[in-house]
Amino acid sequence: MNRQSYLGGIVDVCKTVLDGMAVTFSHFVRKPSTVQYPDRMPVRVQDTLPFRYRGILEVDLEICTGCLACERACPIDCIVIDATKDKAAGGMVMTRFDIDMAKCMYCGLCSEPCPTGAIHHTPEFEGADFSLESLIRRFVKDPVVAYKPKKKGEDDPRLLEMLDRGLRYVGEFADPDRPSADGAPAGAKEDAA
Amino acid sequence: MQDFLDSLIAQGYFSGVPTGLVYAVGMIVFAAIVLLVFILNVAGGTTFVERRVWARIQSRVGPNRVGPQGILQWLVDGIKLLMKEDLIPAAADRILFSLAPYIVMMGFVAAFVVLPFGSHLIIADMSVGILYLTAVTSLVVVGILMAGWASNNKWSLIGGIRSAAQIVSYEIPAGLSIFPIVLMTGTLSMQGIIRAQGWAPWNWFVFSTPFTFIAFFIFFTSALAEGNRTPFDLPEADSELVAGFVTEYSGVRYLIFFMAEWGNLYVIGAVVTTLFLGGWQIPPVTDNVVLRAILEFLTFFIKSYFWVLVAMWVRATLPRTRVDQLMSVCWKYLVPFAFINMLGTALWVVLFPNGDGVVHYFMFAIGVAIIVHFFRRVLFHLRRARIRERNELLLSPLS
Repeated sequence: MNRQSYLGGIVDVCKTVLDGMAVTFSHFVRKPSTVQYPDRMPVRVQDTLPFRYRGILEVDLEICTGCLACERACPIDCIVIDATKDKAAGGMVMTRFDIDMAKCMYCGLCSEPCPTGAIHHTPEFEGADFSLESLIRRFVKDPVVAYKPKKKGEDDPRLLEMLDRGLRYVGEFADPDRPSADGAPAGAKEDAA
Repeated sequence: MQDFLDSLIAQGYFSGVPTGLVYAVGMIVFAAIVLLVFILNVAGGTTFVERRVWARIQSRVGPNRVGPQGILQWLVDGIKLLMKEDLIPAAADRILFSLAPYIVMMGFVAAFVVLPFGSHLIIADMSVGILYLTAVTSLVVVGILMAGWASNNKWSLIGGIRSAAQIVSYEIPAGLSIFPIVLMTGTLSMQGIIRAQGWAPWNWFVFSTPFTFIAFFIFFTSALAEGNRTPFDLPEADSELVAGFVTEYSGVRYLIFFMAEWGNLYVIGAVVTTLFLGGWQIPPVTDNVVLRAILEFLTFFIKSYFWVLVAMWVRATLPRTRVDQLMSVCWKYLVPFAFINMLGTALWVVLFPNGDGVVHYFMFAIGVAIIVHFFRRVLFHLRRARIRERNELLLSPLS
Protein backbone atom coordinates (compact mmCIF):
# COMPACT_ATOMS: atom_id res chain seq x y z
CA MET A 1 0.00 0.00 0.00
CA ASN A 2 1.58 3.27 -1.05
CA ARG A 3 1.18 6.57 0.72
CA GLN A 4 -1.26 8.00 -1.77
CA SER A 5 -3.73 5.14 -1.56
CA TYR A 6 -3.49 5.15 2.24
CA LEU A 7 -4.26 8.85 2.64
CA GLY A 8 -6.61 8.87 -0.33
CA GLY A 9 -8.56 6.06 1.32
CA ILE A 10 -9.03 8.13 4.45
CA VAL A 11 -10.22 11.14 2.48
CA ASP A 12 -12.59 8.91 0.50
CA VAL A 13 -14.02 7.41 3.66
CA CYS A 14 -14.66 10.82 5.18
CA LYS A 15 -16.28 12.17 2.01
CA THR A 16 -18.44 9.14 1.27
CA VAL A 17 -19.60 8.69 4.84
CA LEU A 18 -20.57 12.36 5.02
CA ASP A 19 -22.42 12.12 1.73
CA GLY A 20 -24.11 8.86 2.69
CA MET A 21 -25.27 10.43 5.92
CA ALA A 22 -26.60 13.38 3.91
CA VAL A 23 -28.59 11.01 1.67
CA THR A 24 -30.17 9.23 4.62
CA PHE A 25 -30.83 12.54 6.35
CA SER A 26 -32.63 13.80 3.26
CA HIS A 27 -34.83 10.71 3.51
CA PHE A 28 -35.32 11.34 7.21
CA VAL A 29 -37.03 14.67 6.60
CA ARG A 30 -39.25 13.36 3.81
CA LYS A 31 -42.82 12.36 4.33
CA PRO A 32 -43.17 8.58 4.79
CA SER A 33 -44.83 6.86 1.89
CA THR A 34 -46.62 4.35 4.12
CA VAL A 35 -50.37 4.04 3.62
CA GLN A 36 -51.80 3.32 7.06
CA TYR A 37 -54.55 0.86 6.15
CA PRO A 38 -57.29 0.53 7.29
CA ASP A 39 -58.07 2.95 10.11
CA ARG A 40 -56.13 6.02 9.05
CA MET A 41 -57.22 6.30 5.43
CA PRO A 42 -58.81 9.59 4.42
CA VAL A 43 -61.47 7.57 2.49
CA ARG A 44 -62.36 3.91 2.90
CA VAL A 45 -60.58 1.80 0.31
CA GLN A 46 -63.90 0.20 -0.63
CA ASP A 47 -65.25 3.58 -1.68
CA THR A 48 -62.39 4.17 -4.07
CA LEU A 49 -62.83 0.90 -5.96
CA PRO A 50 -64.58 0.75 -9.37
CA PHE A 51 -68.27 -0.06 -9.65
CA ARG A 52 -67.60 -3.49 -11.09
CA TYR A 53 -64.91 -4.50 -8.61
CA ARG A 54 -65.34 -8.20 -7.80
CA GLY A 55 -65.50 -8.33 -4.03
CA ILE A 56 -67.80 -10.34 -1.78
CA LEU A 57 -71.08 -11.41 -3.46
CA GLU A 58 -74.31 -9.76 -2.43
CA VAL A 59 -77.91 -10.60 -3.34
CA ASP A 60 -80.73 -8.06 -3.41
CA LEU A 61 -83.41 -10.56 -2.53
CA GLU A 62 -86.22 -8.07 -3.23
CA ILE A 63 -85.47 -8.14 -6.95
CA CYS A 64 -84.34 -11.77 -7.27
CA THR A 65 -86.60 -13.62 -9.70
CA GLY A 66 -85.64 -17.08 -8.46
CA CYS A 67 -84.63 -18.16 -11.97
CA LEU A 68 -81.62 -20.20 -10.68
CA ALA A 69 -79.46 -18.90 -13.54
CA CYS A 70 -76.68 -18.00 -11.14
CA GLU A 71 -76.73 -21.39 -9.49
CA ARG A 72 -76.36 -23.05 -12.89
CA ALA A 73 -73.65 -20.63 -13.99
CA CYS A 74 -71.46 -21.14 -10.94
CA PRO A 75 -68.54 -23.34 -12.01
CA ILE A 76 -67.75 -24.49 -8.47
CA ASP A 77 -71.28 -24.76 -7.10
CA CYS A 78 -70.84 -22.34 -4.27
CA ILE A 79 -74.41 -21.01 -4.74
CA VAL A 80 -77.24 -23.18 -3.42
CA ILE A 81 -80.87 -22.09 -3.99
CA ASP A 82 -83.98 -23.97 -2.91
CA ALA A 83 -86.98 -22.59 -4.80
CA THR A 84 -90.34 -24.18 -5.52
CA LYS A 85 -93.34 -23.01 -7.53
CA ASP A 86 -96.21 -22.12 -5.22
CA LYS A 87 -99.49 -21.13 -6.92
CA ALA A 88 -101.03 -19.86 -3.70
CA ALA A 89 -98.17 -17.47 -3.05
CA GLY A 90 -98.12 -16.42 -6.72
CA GLY A 91 -94.74 -17.48 -8.07
CA MET A 92 -91.48 -19.01 -6.94
CA VAL A 93 -90.96 -19.32 -3.19
CA MET A 94 -87.36 -19.39 -2.07
CA THR A 95 -86.51 -21.15 1.15
CA ARG A 96 -82.77 -21.00 0.85
CA PHE A 97 -80.20 -18.83 -0.94
CA ASP A 98 -76.73 -19.63 0.33
CA ILE A 99 -73.43 -18.50 -1.10
CA ASP A 100 -70.30 -20.12 0.29
CA MET A 101 -67.73 -17.31 0.13
CA ALA A 102 -65.04 -19.75 1.21
CA LYS A 103 -65.46 -21.57 -2.11
CA CYS A 104 -66.24 -18.57 -4.31
CA MET A 105 -63.47 -17.75 -6.75
CA TYR A 106 -64.79 -14.30 -7.64
CA CYS A 107 -65.18 -15.12 -11.35
CA GLY A 108 -68.37 -13.10 -11.70
CA LEU A 109 -70.07 -15.69 -13.93
CA CYS A 110 -73.13 -15.75 -11.65
CA SER A 111 -73.89 -12.07 -12.01
CA GLU A 112 -73.62 -12.21 -15.80
CA PRO A 113 -76.85 -14.17 -16.52
CA CYS A 114 -78.88 -12.51 -13.76
CA PRO A 115 -81.93 -10.88 -15.43
CA THR A 116 -82.30 -8.11 -12.83
CA GLY A 117 -78.78 -7.76 -11.51
CA ALA A 118 -79.91 -9.00 -8.11
CA ILE A 119 -76.73 -11.00 -7.55
CA HIS A 120 -73.66 -8.83 -7.85
CA HIS A 121 -70.20 -8.32 -6.45
CA THR A 122 -69.66 -5.52 -3.95
CA PRO A 123 -66.42 -3.59 -3.45
CA GLU A 124 -66.21 -5.15 0.02
CA PHE A 125 -63.13 -7.36 0.24
CA GLU A 126 -62.41 -7.73 3.95
CA GLY A 127 -63.71 -11.26 4.34
CA ALA A 128 -61.43 -12.71 7.01
CA ASP A 129 -63.20 -14.77 9.66
CA PHE A 130 -62.50 -17.39 12.29
CA SER A 131 -64.47 -20.30 10.87
CA LEU A 132 -65.43 -21.64 7.45
CA GLU A 133 -69.10 -21.84 8.43
CA SER A 134 -69.34 -18.15 9.06
CA LEU A 135 -68.20 -17.52 5.49
CA ILE A 136 -71.42 -19.00 4.16
CA ARG A 137 -73.75 -16.11 3.44
CA ARG A 138 -77.41 -17.05 3.98
CA PHE A 139 -79.68 -14.51 2.35
CA VAL A 140 -83.07 -16.15 3.04
CA LYS A 141 -84.13 -15.91 6.65
CA ASP A 142 -87.79 -16.78 6.09
CA PRO A 143 -89.22 -18.19 2.84
CA VAL A 144 -89.83 -15.34 0.42
CA VAL A 145 -91.74 -14.97 -2.82
CA ALA A 146 -89.49 -14.21 -5.75
CA TYR A 147 -89.72 -10.90 -7.60
CA LYS A 148 -91.84 -10.80 -10.74
CA PRO A 149 -91.10 -8.13 -13.35
CA LYS A 150 -94.16 -5.99 -13.95
CA LYS A 151 -95.41 -5.35 -17.50
CA LYS A 152 -95.79 -1.60 -17.12
CA GLY A 153 -92.51 -1.15 -15.38
CA GLU A 154 -91.70 -0.91 -11.72
CA ASP A 155 -93.51 1.73 -9.69
CA ASP A 156 -92.09 1.11 -6.20
CA PRO A 157 -89.32 3.73 -6.03
CA ARG A 158 -87.21 1.61 -3.71
CA LEU A 159 -87.26 -1.39 -6.01
CA LEU A 160 -86.81 0.87 -9.02
CA GLU A 161 -83.61 2.19 -7.59
CA MET A 162 -82.35 -1.37 -6.98
CA LEU A 163 -83.33 -2.43 -10.49
CA ASP A 164 -81.61 0.57 -12.04
CA ARG A 165 -78.45 -0.27 -10.22
CA GLY A 166 -78.69 -3.99 -11.04
CA LEU A 167 -79.35 -3.40 -14.71
CA ARG A 168 -76.52 -0.96 -14.95
CA TYR A 169 -74.33 -3.63 -13.37
CA VAL A 170 -75.48 -6.29 -15.83
CA GLY A 171 -75.38 -3.86 -18.73
CA GLU A 172 -71.72 -3.24 -18.38
CA PHE A 173 -71.03 -6.87 -19.25
CA ALA A 174 -72.43 -6.28 -22.72
CA ASP A 175 -70.55 -3.04 -23.22
CA PRO A 176 -67.51 -2.94 -20.96
CA ASP A 177 -66.07 0.08 -22.78
CA ARG A 178 -68.98 2.28 -21.85
CA PRO A 179 -68.03 4.60 -18.98
CA SER A 180 -69.79 3.39 -15.89
CA ALA A 181 -70.31 6.86 -14.48
CA ASP A 182 -73.15 7.80 -16.84
CA GLY A 183 -75.60 5.82 -14.72
CA ALA A 184 -78.07 5.07 -17.52
CA PRO A 185 -80.53 2.36 -16.43
CA ALA A 186 -80.35 0.70 -19.89
CA GLY A 187 -83.19 -1.81 -19.65
CA ALA A 188 -82.37 -2.96 -23.17
CA LYS A 189 -79.18 -4.53 -21.86
CA GLU A 190 -81.17 -7.43 -20.43
CA ASP A 191 -80.67 -9.36 -23.65
CA ALA A 192 -77.02 -9.63 -22.71
CA ALA A 193 -78.09 -12.41 -20.39
CA MET B 1 -23.69 13.15 44.86
CA GLN B 2 -22.29 13.96 48.27
CA ASP B 3 -21.73 17.55 47.18
CA PHE B 4 -25.32 17.83 46.12
CA LEU B 5 -26.58 16.54 49.48
CA ASP B 6 -24.10 18.79 51.29
CA SER B 7 -25.40 21.83 49.48
CA LEU B 8 -28.99 20.80 50.21
CA ILE B 9 -28.11 20.46 53.91
CA ALA B 10 -26.33 23.81 53.83
CA GLN B 11 -29.45 25.43 52.39
CA GLY B 12 -31.44 24.00 55.31
CA TYR B 13 -33.51 21.37 53.53
CA PHE B 14 -32.88 18.61 56.12
CA SER B 15 -32.53 20.51 59.42
CA GLY B 16 -32.67 18.19 62.44
CA VAL B 17 -31.88 14.98 60.57
CA PRO B 18 -28.54 13.24 61.22
CA THR B 19 -26.18 13.82 58.29
CA GLY B 20 -25.28 10.13 58.00
CA LEU B 21 -28.92 9.19 57.58
CA VAL B 22 -29.37 11.82 54.87
CA TYR B 23 -26.36 10.40 53.04
CA ALA B 24 -27.56 6.80 53.31
CA VAL B 25 -31.11 7.54 52.19
CA GLY B 26 -29.82 9.81 49.45
CA MET B 27 -27.53 7.09 48.17
CA ILE B 28 -30.31 4.47 48.04
CA VAL B 29 -32.80 6.86 46.47
CA PHE B 30 -30.31 7.97 43.87
CA ALA B 31 -29.31 4.39 43.00
CA ALA B 32 -32.98 3.44 42.67
CA ILE B 33 -33.67 6.47 40.50
CA VAL B 34 -30.71 5.73 38.28
CA LEU B 35 -31.54 2.04 37.88
CA LEU B 36 -35.31 1.98 37.64
CA VAL B 37 -36.24 5.37 36.35
CA PHE B 38 -33.28 6.17 34.19
CA ILE B 39 -31.51 3.09 32.82
CA LEU B 40 -34.64 1.03 32.24
CA ASN B 41 -36.49 3.81 30.48
CA VAL B 42 -33.55 5.09 28.49
CA ALA B 43 -32.67 1.60 27.25
CA GLY B 44 -36.27 0.75 26.48
CA GLY B 45 -37.15 4.12 25.05
CA THR B 46 -34.09 3.97 22.84
CA THR B 47 -35.38 0.81 21.16
CA PHE B 48 -38.59 2.64 20.32
CA VAL B 49 -36.81 5.79 19.16
CA GLU B 50 -34.41 3.70 17.09
CA ARG B 51 -37.26 1.93 15.32
CA ARG B 52 -38.95 5.23 14.59
CA VAL B 53 -35.76 6.84 13.31
CA TRP B 54 -34.97 3.91 11.01
CA ALA B 55 -38.52 3.86 9.79
CA ARG B 56 -38.40 7.51 8.82
CA ILE B 57 -35.07 7.07 7.09
CA GLN B 58 -36.59 4.17 5.14
CA SER B 59 -39.74 6.19 4.25
CA ARG B 60 -41.86 4.19 6.67
CA VAL B 61 -43.78 5.29 9.75
CA GLY B 62 -42.61 2.79 12.34
CA PRO B 63 -44.45 1.61 15.45
CA ASN B 64 -47.22 4.11 16.19
CA ARG B 65 -50.15 2.15 17.56
CA VAL B 66 -49.40 1.27 21.19
CA GLY B 67 -50.11 4.35 23.26
CA PRO B 68 -49.81 7.88 21.87
CA GLN B 69 -47.49 7.74 18.86
CA GLY B 70 -46.57 4.17 19.82
CA ILE B 71 -44.49 5.36 22.72
CA LEU B 72 -45.42 2.31 24.82
CA GLN B 73 -44.24 -0.15 22.16
CA TRP B 74 -41.06 -0.94 24.07
CA LEU B 75 -43.04 -1.79 27.21
CA VAL B 76 -45.22 -4.19 25.23
CA ASP B 77 -42.16 -5.80 23.63
CA GLY B 78 -40.55 -6.12 27.06
CA ILE B 79 -43.63 -7.74 28.58
CA LYS B 80 -43.84 -10.11 25.64
CA LEU B 81 -40.24 -11.19 26.18
CA LEU B 82 -40.79 -11.54 29.93
CA MET B 83 -43.64 -13.96 29.32
CA LYS B 84 -41.69 -16.12 26.89
CA GLU B 85 -40.20 -19.42 27.91
CA ASP B 86 -36.71 -19.15 29.34
CA LEU B 87 -34.99 -21.92 27.45
CA ILE B 88 -31.56 -23.38 28.25
CA PRO B 89 -30.27 -25.77 25.56
CA ALA B 90 -29.55 -29.30 26.79
CA ALA B 91 -25.95 -29.18 25.61
CA ALA B 92 -25.25 -25.75 27.08
CA ASP B 93 -23.12 -25.09 30.14
CA ARG B 94 -26.00 -24.18 32.42
CA ILE B 95 -24.15 -22.04 34.94
CA LEU B 96 -22.17 -19.94 32.49
CA PHE B 97 -25.15 -19.74 30.16
CA SER B 98 -27.37 -18.25 32.86
CA LEU B 99 -24.65 -16.04 34.25
CA ALA B 100 -23.53 -14.41 30.98
CA PRO B 101 -26.36 -11.88 30.53
CA TYR B 102 -25.91 -10.59 34.05
CA ILE B 103 -22.20 -10.02 33.51
CA VAL B 104 -22.97 -8.06 30.34
CA MET B 105 -25.58 -6.10 32.26
CA MET B 106 -23.18 -5.49 35.13
CA GLY B 107 -20.50 -4.11 32.85
CA PHE B 108 -22.94 -1.61 31.46
CA VAL B 109 -24.71 -0.58 34.67
CA ALA B 110 -21.39 -0.11 36.46
CA ALA B 111 -20.53 2.58 33.93
CA PHE B 112 -23.33 4.73 35.34
CA VAL B 113 -21.38 5.12 38.58
CA VAL B 114 -19.08 7.69 37.03
CA LEU B 115 -21.41 9.30 34.48
CA PRO B 116 -21.68 12.98 35.47
CA PHE B 117 -25.27 14.13 34.95
CA GLY B 118 -24.62 17.45 36.63
CA SER B 119 -22.07 19.31 38.69
CA HIS B 120 -23.39 17.45 41.76
CA LEU B 121 -25.37 14.66 40.11
CA ILE B 122 -22.79 11.93 40.00
CA ILE B 123 -22.82 8.74 42.05
CA ALA B 124 -19.07 8.75 42.69
CA ASP B 125 -16.61 11.23 41.25
CA MET B 126 -13.60 8.92 41.30
CA SER B 127 -10.15 10.31 40.74
CA VAL B 128 -9.67 7.54 38.15
CA GLY B 129 -13.13 8.03 36.62
CA ILE B 130 -12.41 7.58 32.93
CA LEU B 131 -10.01 4.73 33.56
CA TYR B 132 -12.65 2.99 35.66
CA LEU B 133 -15.13 3.50 32.84
CA THR B 134 -12.93 1.88 30.19
CA ALA B 135 -12.27 -0.97 32.62
CA VAL B 136 -15.90 -1.79 33.44
CA THR B 137 -17.16 -1.41 29.90
CA SER B 138 -14.64 -3.97 28.75
CA LEU B 139 -16.18 -6.36 31.27
CA VAL B 140 -18.95 -6.73 28.71
CA VAL B 141 -16.62 -8.78 26.53
CA VAL B 142 -16.33 -11.39 29.29
CA GLY B 143 -20.08 -11.82 29.34
CA ILE B 144 -20.31 -11.99 25.57
CA LEU B 145 -17.54 -14.53 25.27
CA MET B 146 -19.13 -16.52 28.09
CA ALA B 147 -22.48 -16.48 26.32
CA GLY B 148 -20.87 -17.53 23.06
CA TRP B 149 -18.97 -20.41 24.60
CA ALA B 150 -21.67 -21.66 26.99
CA SER B 151 -24.33 -21.81 24.29
CA ASN B 152 -22.46 -24.71 22.66
CA ASN B 153 -23.49 -23.48 19.24
CA LYS B 154 -21.16 -22.56 16.43
CA TRP B 155 -22.94 -19.31 15.59
CA SER B 156 -22.74 -18.24 19.20
CA LEU B 157 -19.10 -19.19 19.48
CA ILE B 158 -18.11 -17.34 16.30
CA GLY B 159 -20.09 -14.34 17.50
CA GLY B 160 -18.40 -14.41 20.87
CA ILE B 161 -14.94 -14.76 19.37
CA ARG B 162 -15.57 -11.94 16.93
CA SER B 163 -16.82 -9.76 19.74
CA ALA B 164 -13.77 -10.49 21.86
CA ALA B 165 -11.40 -9.70 18.99
CA GLN B 166 -13.30 -6.57 18.13
CA ILE B 167 -13.67 -5.15 21.61
CA VAL B 168 -10.08 -5.88 22.59
CA SER B 169 -8.79 -4.28 19.38
CA TYR B 170 -10.96 -1.20 19.53
CA GLU B 171 -10.16 -0.55 23.18
CA ILE B 172 -6.75 0.62 22.00
CA PRO B 173 -7.79 3.50 19.74
CA ALA B 174 -10.56 4.38 22.19
CA GLY B 175 -8.13 4.47 25.08
CA LEU B 176 -5.55 6.37 23.08
CA SER B 177 -8.15 8.98 22.10
CA ILE B 178 -8.88 9.61 25.75
CA PHE B 179 -5.20 10.41 26.31
CA PRO B 180 -5.22 13.83 24.59
CA ILE B 181 -8.00 14.93 26.93
CA VAL B 182 -6.20 13.56 29.96
CA LEU B 183 -2.98 15.26 28.84
CA MET B 184 -4.74 18.58 28.53
CA THR B 185 -6.64 18.43 31.81
CA GLY B 186 -4.13 16.52 33.90
CA THR B 187 -6.94 14.56 35.56
CA LEU B 188 -8.80 11.29 35.02
CA SER B 189 -11.84 12.42 36.98
CA MET B 190 -14.98 12.85 34.89
CA GLN B 191 -15.98 16.02 36.74
CA GLY B 192 -12.44 17.39 36.41
CA ILE B 193 -12.56 16.86 32.65
CA ILE B 194 -15.91 18.64 32.37
CA ARG B 195 -14.80 21.50 34.63
CA ALA B 196 -11.82 22.07 32.33
CA GLN B 197 -14.24 22.87 29.50
CA GLY B 198 -16.70 25.72 29.12
CA TRP B 199 -20.36 25.95 28.19
CA ALA B 200 -19.64 27.58 24.83
CA PRO B 201 -18.98 25.18 21.94
CA TRP B 202 -15.56 26.73 21.18
CA ASN B 203 -14.48 25.93 24.73
CA TRP B 204 -15.26 22.24 24.28
CA PHE B 205 -12.35 19.87 23.96
CA VAL B 206 -13.48 18.68 20.54
CA PHE B 207 -12.50 22.07 19.13
CA SER B 208 -9.58 22.88 21.37
CA THR B 209 -6.82 21.50 19.10
CA PRO B 210 -6.74 19.79 15.68
CA PHE B 211 -5.65 16.63 17.51
CA THR B 212 -8.66 16.45 19.79
CA PHE B 213 -10.88 17.09 16.78
CA ILE B 214 -9.55 13.93 15.13
CA ALA B 215 -9.51 12.10 18.46
CA PHE B 216 -13.21 12.80 18.78
CA PHE B 217 -14.02 10.93 15.56
CA ILE B 218 -11.64 8.10 16.40
CA PHE B 219 -13.22 7.76 19.82
CA PHE B 220 -16.75 7.75 18.50
CA THR B 221 -15.92 5.14 15.85
CA SER B 222 -14.16 2.93 18.38
CA ALA B 223 -16.99 3.34 20.85
CA LEU B 224 -19.48 2.19 18.21
CA ALA B 225 -17.29 -0.84 17.58
CA GLU B 226 -17.04 -1.56 21.30
CA GLY B 227 -20.80 -1.31 21.64
CA ASN B 228 -21.25 -3.81 18.77
CA ARG B 229 -23.12 -1.25 16.71
CA THR B 230 -23.46 -1.22 12.94
CA PRO B 231 -21.26 -0.84 10.90
CA PHE B 232 -19.30 -2.97 13.39
CA ASP B 233 -22.04 -5.34 14.54
CA LEU B 234 -20.18 -8.46 13.42
CA PRO B 235 -20.73 -10.37 16.70
CA GLU B 236 -24.45 -10.53 16.02
CA ALA B 237 -24.44 -10.17 12.25
CA ASP B 238 -27.94 -11.45 11.55
CA SER B 239 -27.28 -12.40 7.96
CA GLU B 240 -24.19 -14.49 8.75
CA LEU B 241 -24.51 -15.71 12.33
CA VAL B 242 -28.27 -15.93 12.96
CA ALA B 243 -27.95 -13.70 16.03
CA GLY B 244 -24.35 -14.33 17.09
CA PHE B 245 -23.86 -14.84 20.79
CA VAL B 246 -27.58 -14.37 21.56
CA THR B 247 -28.71 -17.15 19.19
CA GLU B 248 -29.63 -19.58 21.96
CA TYR B 249 -31.09 -17.04 24.35
CA SER B 250 -34.76 -16.37 24.88
CA GLY B 251 -37.07 -14.63 27.29
CA VAL B 252 -35.63 -12.58 30.12
CA ARG B 253 -31.98 -13.27 29.34
CA TYR B 254 -32.44 -12.13 25.77
CA LEU B 255 -34.14 -9.02 27.10
CA ILE B 256 -31.19 -8.30 29.38
CA PHE B 257 -28.71 -8.61 26.53
CA PHE B 258 -30.64 -6.12 24.48
CA MET B 259 -31.22 -3.77 27.36
CA ALA B 260 -27.46 -3.74 27.88
CA GLU B 261 -26.85 -3.12 24.20
CA TRP B 262 -29.24 -0.20 23.89
CA GLY B 263 -28.27 1.18 27.28
CA ASN B 264 -24.65 0.98 26.23
CA LEU B 265 -25.50 3.26 23.36
CA TYR B 266 -26.45 5.92 25.86
CA VAL B 267 -23.22 5.31 27.79
CA ILE B 268 -21.28 5.90 24.56
CA GLY B 269 -23.10 9.19 24.06
CA ALA B 270 -22.52 10.20 27.66
CA VAL B 271 -18.78 9.47 27.51
CA VAL B 272 -18.40 11.35 24.23
CA THR B 273 -20.27 14.28 25.76
CA THR B 274 -18.13 14.24 28.89
CA LEU B 275 -14.80 14.00 27.13
CA PHE B 276 -15.31 16.20 24.12
CA LEU B 277 -18.53 18.19 24.28
CA GLY B 278 -18.48 20.06 27.54
CA GLY B 279 -20.68 17.66 29.53
CA TRP B 280 -23.20 19.43 31.74
CA GLN B 281 -21.64 22.89 31.39
CA ILE B 282 -24.35 25.56 31.15
CA PRO B 283 -24.12 29.35 30.99
CA PRO B 284 -24.36 31.01 34.43
CA VAL B 285 -28.10 31.67 34.44
CA THR B 286 -29.21 30.84 37.97
CA ASP B 287 -27.88 30.33 41.48
CA ASN B 288 -30.66 28.04 42.64
CA VAL B 289 -29.06 24.64 43.30
CA VAL B 290 -32.07 22.55 42.32
CA LEU B 291 -32.88 24.51 39.17
CA ARG B 292 -29.24 24.45 38.16
CA ALA B 293 -29.09 20.67 38.69
CA ILE B 294 -32.15 20.21 36.47
CA LEU B 295 -30.73 22.43 33.73
CA GLU B 296 -27.37 20.67 33.87
CA PHE B 297 -29.03 17.28 33.72
CA LEU B 298 -31.09 18.31 30.71
CA THR B 299 -28.04 19.74 28.95
CA PHE B 300 -26.09 16.57 29.53
CA PHE B 301 -28.97 14.33 28.56
CA ILE B 302 -29.75 16.16 25.33
CA LYS B 303 -26.09 16.26 24.28
CA SER B 304 -25.57 12.58 24.99
CA TYR B 305 -28.86 11.50 23.45
CA PHE B 306 -27.95 13.37 20.30
CA TRP B 307 -25.06 10.94 19.86
CA VAL B 308 -27.43 8.04 20.42
CA LEU B 309 -29.45 9.41 17.52
CA VAL B 310 -26.30 9.75 15.44
CA ALA B 311 -25.46 6.11 16.17
CA MET B 312 -28.93 5.08 14.96
CA TRP B 313 -28.49 7.23 11.89
CA VAL B 314 -25.10 5.63 11.17
CA ARG B 315 -26.70 2.24 11.57
CA ALA B 316 -29.34 3.14 9.01
CA THR B 317 -26.70 4.44 6.61
CA LEU B 318 -23.61 2.27 6.56
CA PRO B 319 -23.44 -1.42 5.67
CA ARG B 320 -21.67 -3.91 7.90
CA THR B 321 -17.91 -4.18 7.44
CA ARG B 322 -16.15 -7.43 6.73
CA VAL B 323 -14.06 -9.00 9.51
CA ASP B 324 -10.74 -8.22 7.82
CA GLN B 325 -11.90 -4.68 7.03
CA LEU B 326 -12.89 -4.25 10.65
CA MET B 327 -9.42 -5.21 11.82
CA SER B 328 -7.63 -3.17 9.16
CA VAL B 329 -9.66 -0.07 10.04
CA CYS B 330 -8.61 -0.49 13.64
CA TRP B 331 -4.94 -1.40 13.31
CA LYS B 332 -3.95 0.37 10.10
CA TYR B 333 -5.90 3.58 10.46
CA LEU B 334 -7.31 4.30 13.90
CA VAL B 335 -4.41 3.13 16.06
CA PRO B 336 -1.64 5.05 14.18
CA PHE B 337 -3.72 8.20 14.09
CA ALA B 338 -4.58 7.85 17.75
CA PHE B 339 -0.85 7.65 18.50
CA ILE B 340 -0.16 10.71 16.37
CA ASN B 341 -2.90 12.52 18.25
CA MET B 342 -1.45 11.57 21.58
CA LEU B 343 2.06 12.69 20.68
CA GLY B 344 0.76 15.83 18.98
CA THR B 345 -1.27 16.80 21.99
CA ALA B 346 1.68 16.19 24.29
CA LEU B 347 3.73 18.51 22.10
CA TRP B 348 0.90 21.03 22.02
CA VAL B 349 0.61 21.09 25.79
CA VAL B 350 4.36 21.70 26.05
CA LEU B 351 4.35 24.43 23.39
CA PHE B 352 1.25 26.28 24.60
CA PRO B 353 1.08 25.69 28.36
CA ASN B 354 -1.13 28.74 28.90
CA GLY B 355 -3.73 28.12 26.22
CA ASP B 356 -3.45 28.67 22.51
CA GLY B 357 -5.43 31.86 21.94
CA VAL B 358 -7.34 31.57 18.72
CA VAL B 359 -6.92 27.96 17.65
CA HIS B 360 -10.12 26.81 19.29
CA TYR B 361 -12.12 29.51 17.49
CA PHE B 362 -10.55 28.35 14.24
CA MET B 363 -11.39 24.71 14.95
CA PHE B 364 -14.93 25.73 15.86
CA ALA B 365 -15.21 27.51 12.51
CA ILE B 366 -14.08 24.31 10.77
CA GLY B 367 -16.71 22.34 12.68
CA VAL B 368 -19.41 24.81 11.65
CA ALA B 369 -18.16 24.67 8.05
CA ILE B 370 -18.48 20.87 8.04
CA ILE B 371 -22.03 21.09 9.36
CA VAL B 372 -22.96 23.76 6.82
CA HIS B 373 -21.46 21.66 4.04
CA PHE B 374 -23.40 18.68 5.31
CA PHE B 375 -26.72 20.51 5.14
CA ARG B 376 -25.90 21.79 1.67
CA ARG B 377 -25.41 18.16 0.63
CA VAL B 378 -28.77 17.30 2.23
CA LEU B 379 -30.45 20.05 0.21
CA PHE B 380 -28.64 18.82 -2.89
CA HIS B 381 -29.96 15.30 -2.40
CA LEU B 382 -33.47 16.62 -1.80
CA ARG B 383 -33.27 18.61 -5.02
CA ARG B 384 -31.96 15.59 -6.88
CA ALA B 385 -34.95 13.58 -5.66
CA ARG B 386 -37.15 16.40 -7.10
CA ILE B 387 -38.49 17.29 -3.66
CA ARG B 388 -39.27 20.97 -3.95
CA GLU B 389 -42.59 21.46 -2.26
CA ARG B 390 -42.74 22.06 1.47
CA ASN B 391 -45.59 19.54 1.81
CA GLU B 392 -43.39 16.69 0.61
CA LEU B 393 -41.33 17.09 3.77
CA LEU B 394 -42.29 16.03 7.27
CA LEU B 395 -40.12 17.71 9.87
CA SER B 396 -42.25 16.77 12.87
CA PRO B 397 -41.25 13.59 14.68
CA LEU B 398 -44.93 12.66 14.98
CA SER B 399 -46.61 10.62 12.32
